[in-house]
Amino acid sequence: MTEPVLMKGNEAIAEAAILAGCRHYLGYPITPQTEIAAYMAKRMPKVDGVFLQAESEIAAINMVIGVASTGRRVMTSSSSPGVSLKSEGISYLAGCDLPALIVNVQRGGPGLGGIQPSQSDYFQALKGGSHGDYRNIVLAPASVQEMAALTVKGFDLADKYRMVAMILADGTLGQMMEPVSISEPEAASTEKPWALTGTDCKRAPNIVNSLYLEPDALERTNIERFKKYALVEENEVMYEEYLMDDAELCLVSFGITSRIAKNAIVAAREMGIKAGMIRPITLWPFPKTALLAAADQCRAFISVELNMGQMIEDVELAIRCKKPVFLCNRTGGMIPTPEDVLAKIKEVNKIGGAQA
Amino acid sequence: MKGTNNILLAGFGGQGILFAGKFLAYMGLLSGKNVSWLPSYGPEMRGGTANCSVIISDDPVGSPIVSRPDTLIVMNLPSLDKYEDAVVPGGKIFVDSTLITRKVRRTDVEVHYIPSTKLADENEMGTLANMIITGKMVKEVGGFELGDIDKTIDKIVSARRENLKTINRKAIDLGFSYAE
Repeated sequence: MTEPVLMKGNEAIAEAAILAGCRHYLGYPITPQTEIAAYMAKRMPKVDGVFLQAESEIAAINMVIGVASTGRRVMTSSSSPGVSLKSEGISYLAGCDLPALIVNVQRGGPGLGGIQPSQSDYFQALKGGSHGDYRNIVLAPASVQEMAALTVKGFDLADKYRMVAMILADGTLGQMMEPVSISEPEAASTEKPWALTGTDCKRAPNIVNSLYLEPDALERTNIERFKKYALVEENEVMYEEYLMDDAELCLVSFGITSRIAKNAIVAAREMGIKAGMIRPITLWPFPKTALLAAADQCRAFISVELNMGQMIEDVELAIRCKKPVFLCNRTGGMIPTPEDVLAKIKEVNKIGGAQA
Repeated sequence: MKGTNNILLAGFGGQGILFAGKFLAYMGLLSGKNVSWLPSYGPEMRGGTANCSVIISDDPVGSPIVSRPDTLIVMNLPSLDKYEDAVVPGGKIFVDSTLITRKVRRTDVEVHYIPSTKLADENEMGTLANMIITGKMVKEVGGFELGDIDKTIDKIVSARRENLKTINRKAIDLGFSYAE
């Protein structure tokens, strides 16, 4: 590891992408993620890469499809309204089985919304967002170091499974600076025999396409694709357990709110309340098994998120509604203080939940 | 600085609030602490008020948002009005007394008045009032070696701008040695 430097989360993503071998960045500026584009504009020419500010988010995602077809590592980044514009292209990437990294540094919505941090694109990232049967691998960093590490991981997973990996961050993580060490990752050697690299008249042409007019062919393709998704669910779940050994209340939180939750958990434990946290690092695949196991140990769950309650549905499904799940949230760009989360912990502790 | 320091810096856009915060965060990093730096990035930074949360801690930093600062640096009146009551009892408030003419109303905090904008003008370092008041804060909060200041300046001012290093160092010294 190199000596730590202070970097913004957005810059850490950009630098990590370059170190991961990404040489094509196609984007369009939007607050609060513009530093990614600015960093790429500065760095890409120095590593013989391509930085291109497209005429729109829609143009950028379609350029991503083009680069991905050739097997090159490619990324785009945006913030909530911009990701909505990209969503058609995301479905096409899924339908063509193309790897790409897409970064969403979320801001408040819906509509043009605001520019302050939010996690209200959880449904969009996890539950489709665009048309058709498909999944994205969704990674949720909670520090600037993870912004870098999960960018590298995202490229590797995208290549390995030929699918979209999305970094679901928020304005706070994008804008804040923390110490980060970024070193060159070991080169991941994913063969891409499917890529459109020119046949040299030596092989049959590869075809990248998402159109299947015969319904039985489309059904077969979708079923095959879901076998791949099942492998991802089996092998790629990542989460952090925080003070869960003896926890009676289980907070579930990702990204920036998980850090606020940690402060609240420390304060709760000082008052004798046994709180802990499961922090999903992959939102898809969701850490269902860990949560279900926690349902046998804990009296209640608290989902802490920056939206009107989106991940809470997945928590309830994962624990099969064995225990009550409470919501602790702010939305629209507002962020709860550790005191707000502590108040919720105390309230839930008092009403008790179900017996373990 | 033992334990955790929750620092909030606030003023007008253009006063160097974010840079002063970056200086403090880097100084914490170079002295082996965990640090975070979080700027305001809303419409206020486009010509209005700017603020910046800096946490320097022996422990890993949880929430990077400083809502109850133990150290507050304010460089304009709206910032003092907005954040005075947020400071924890026993905390320290550093006021640019050239630009803020009223006194701090709280009686349960330690207050330092530094005419940093005036000092900057008098010493022909017009844009460095931020570093003067930060120098005073470093002195009063304590826990840093003077050598840390040089190392930090080396880190955050480009090597191509040697003259800026000297003048930033001078501004911090002015604040550090300022007697109220």
